[in-house]
Amino acid sequence: MVSRAQRGAVADWFWTIDRFFLALFILLMGIGFMLSFAGSPAVAERLGLDSFHFVRRHSIFLIPSLITMIGLSFLTPRQVRRTAVIMLAVMIVLMVLVLFFGQEVKGGRRWIGIGALSLQPSEFMKPAFIVTCAWLFSEHARQPEVPGNLFAILLYGMIVALLIAQPDLGQTILTTAVWGGMFFMAGMPWLWIILLGGFATGGLVVAYTMLPHVAGRIDRFLTGEGDTFQVDTAREAIIRGDWLGRGPGEGIVKRIIPDSHTDFIFSVAAEEFGIIFCMALVLIFALVVMRGLTLAMRERDDFTRFAVAGLVLQIGVQSMINVGVNLELLPAKGMTLPLISYGGSSMVAICVTAGFILALTRHRPEKRAVERSLFRSGIGVPAE
Amino acid sequence: MSSFLSRIMVGKSKAHFSAGANGRSQSAPGAFQGTRKRRGNQARNRVVIMIGAFSIAYVVIAGRLVQYAMISDDTVASIGRADNLMASRPDILDRNGEVLATDIRTVSLYAEPHKIVDADEAVEELSTVLPNLNVTEIYNKLKSKSRFQWLRRQLTPKQQSQILALGIPGIGFRPEKRRFYPGGATASHVVGHVNVDNRGIAGMERYIDNQGLADLASVGMTSDARLEPVRLSIDLRVQNILRDVLMGGMSKFKALAAGGVIMDVHTGEILAMASVPDYDPNNPAAGAEDGWMNRMSNGTFEMGSTFKSFTIAMALDSGKVSLKDSFDARFPIRIGGFTIKDFHGKGRVLSVPEIFQYSSNIGTAKMADLVGIAPHKEFLTRLGLLSRVPTELPEVKMPSQPREWKKINSITISFGHGVSTTPLQTAVAGAALINGGHLIEPTFLPRTAEDAEASSTQVIKKSTSDDMRFLFRWNGINGSGKSARVPGYNVGGKTGTADKVVNGRYSADHNFNAFLAAFPIDDPKYVVLTFIDDPRSESGRAAIAGTTAAPMVHDLISRTAPLLGVEPKFGTDGSALLVSY
Repeated sequence: MVSRAQRGAVADWFWTIDRFFLALFILLMGIGFMLSFAGSPAVAERLGLDSFHFVRRHSIFLIPSLITMIGLSFLTPRQVRRTAVIMLAVMIVLMVLVLFFGQEVKGGRRWIGIGALSLQPSEFMKPAFIVTCAWLFSEHARQPEVPGNLFAILLYGMIVALLIAQPDLGQTILTTAVWGGMFFMAGMPWLWIILLGGFATGGLVVAYTMLPHVAGRIDRFLTGEGDTFQVDTAREAIIRGDWLGRGPGEGIVKRIIPDSHTDFIFSVAAEEFGIIFCMALVLIFALVVMRGLTLAMRERDDFTRFAVAGLVLQIGVQSMINVGVNLELLPAKGMTLPLISYGGSSMVAICVTAGFILALTRHRPEKRAVERSLFRSGIGVPAE
Repeated sequence: MSSFLSRIMVGKSKAHFSAGANGRSQSAPGAFQGTRKRRGNQARNRVVIMIGAFSIAYVVIAGRLVQYAMISDDTVASIGRADNLMASRPDILDRNGEVLATDIRTVSLYAEPHKIVDADEAVEELSTVLPNLNVTEIYNKLKSKSRFQWLRRQLTPKQQSQILALGIPGIGFRPEKRRFYPGGATASHVVGHVNVDNRGIAGMERYIDNQGLADLASVGMTSDARLEPVRLSIDLRVQNILRDVLMGGMSKFKALAAGGVIMDVHTGEILAMASVPDYDPNNPAAGAEDGWMNRMSNGTFEMGSTFKSFTIAMALDSGKVSLKDSFDARFPIRIGGFTIKDFHGKGRVLSVPEIFQYSSNIGTAKMADLVGIAPHKEFLTRLGLLSRVPTELPEVKMPSQPREWKKINSITISFGHGVSTTPLQTAVAGAALINGGHLIEPTFLPRTAEDAEASSTQVIKKSTSDDMRFLFRWNGINGSGKSARVPGYNVGGKTGTADKVVNGRYSADHNFNAFLAAFPIDDPKYVVLTFIDDPRSESGRAAIAGTTAAPMVHDLISRTAPLLGVEPKFGTDGSALLVSY
């Protein structure tokens, strides 16, 4: 056991890390690994691979993911900010390169090969972008003469342009939602909110009219007509699962839907493990978001507040889009379920997010100062 | 919600909320600090709004999950409700309560093609259990875009368990009721059968549907509750013997077909009726197509000399002829290029009983001539021989008659050529000749003698009927009906051997044999009619009714009379009995 008397990096980490967050993230990763047994063998067999091909790869990816998460959680807020800015710069470069050298998959250039690995820069861009924006917003708040908000808007414009160029509408919407949420929390005036909301709506209308596949998906969602095969099958699977599920391995949706190990893992889980299990899964995501936001609420440092809120927002919105599509609450949109779905880039990238969250939510002396002052004012504080 | 969540999430948050309020009051003076607090408060408020938004979204997701969980799994299946498939049909029983048709529970195999993972594999595995599966057809069904396909109806429990063991996704079973006929072909033409959707399409099954069951089913008013069974007038034991005798006759005489009916002369109840070849109603499609035809009610034949019974009854009933009269049968009648001769020509003047006994065409023709053409037609109409016989069976053929009745028609019809009737209606009209003159509609349902009498019509005088009984008895003892004699049962009857029309001409090589009989003829209870189509004698020649149809009646009566409750009477025409019976 690590002694409290020691002041080494590990001991410091052990006593200051937010164990609740850490437990939630590791729990999600465990559930993701368990569900990979449910969702991916059918996909592997369909692709003519060894049954446990994806399970094996999933378990291999868990190692760099865990190292990334734990490693990043050692950083101080300042280091987090620096890491994020550097990472964002690298990812922007890669996202430009991906437009020229990327591997085209399903009509989008999103992947870039680095040695034997292929990487999706836009996934890693998200946490870096969020932290960078949090920094810009906080600088603006601290010293209004610094045009932090303006820089944040410019940065957002650049990122969105790169995402649309791929094209990757899902990431665009996610990035917009998270950025908008952060800007909102950073005290965006209501006039701006209305303006930007109008812009976002306008953007969606443009996407609807300019991109036929987007229009098709939205039409199908609204009218329920057309090829709704995937979502219909997902819906039937969830209903078939009922409260308690059909039992592990008893599902059939995984044999039918192509993306059963990624975008539709939620339906696979519902069919085999039941709706109660799915509610628990959603609850875990809800806990991550709610704890992140409540921590942000009581945080005194603006940068940390915005960054933590933005990062949990990313996990929350991304999981919500995925679950919403599975439950036919949203139009079909490919989006992985954070920490659960199969996919190397997305898993490691989400662990960057998780690592940043852990790093920023560590108990720091300046927070304790507030607690102490509270203590003095005579209001009871539960023992730590 | 948010405060609740925040309380669970961060134990100290409540304290911090209050800390905010407290803190402000404590350190209000500092201008810089004030700005900072204000900004901090604004950010806090914004975060609270954010928490509220997320809470709403999570409530929506949870609500959707609950909604999905409340939907019963059945509604996801692409198939309709089970009502039609599980709809009951009434059991059909014979007059003694033996089961002729009943419902049994089976399962049918269906596929939901959009859930089929690997059609090739599914077909391959299914064919291990169902070897005679049409592989191409099933494959196409599984590959189709539809959401529901029947693969095989009405499987056995063993097949079901084997298919379940294969574990093929996307297929399933629906319970169904299947009609089962324990007697197989025994009463096939009477009971009829149902199609794969359990609708009666032949025989009494169809009659039941026509009585309103089908209408109920079409508006979804069916139930899977047990229905009151339908009891028939058929006696399964008698029916079985009848069919056995007919099958034996058909094979013995290498005939095309045979048929028979036993009817209660007082109630019109059909005790047994069979037409062979027949089919197994459990699997109608499997049999040969000529087995589907019910020749007894849906086939018409020229009855030949059997028809002389009606001609003589007509002559007697008209009052112009009595049993004591005689007719000159020495010379053939020449009319319109035809020559009417006698088969068993005696070359002398014949009395009326002799005309019946020797089946004299000349004598019968002269009697018809004496009565006249219009009364002849009217008489046959009165006996129901020129119209469709009214009964429950749907398969009833309209008899045929000449478009215009000329003298030649009347003459040939007098001995059974020129009018084609169904064997069933011939037996029904025959019953009227010997039961006191009451024409009773035949029925396949139980009926009392009182009901029958109430609905019957008097078609000949009682005295004529008495005379006809005498003639039947006379012929049964002395004439062509001798071979039908059963000691103790006083069988009387009239044979008929008609040349069949082959290629538009009457052929002496192809006969239709019939025997119309009743027993016990002194107090008739049952009328029996058998026919056999194109029988061969042992030498391979066309056989006559006295050697085919009449012996079949003999077999029939000797085997069924005890079952029909007819007491034998020995002593009057046989030797004295040594033991009391």
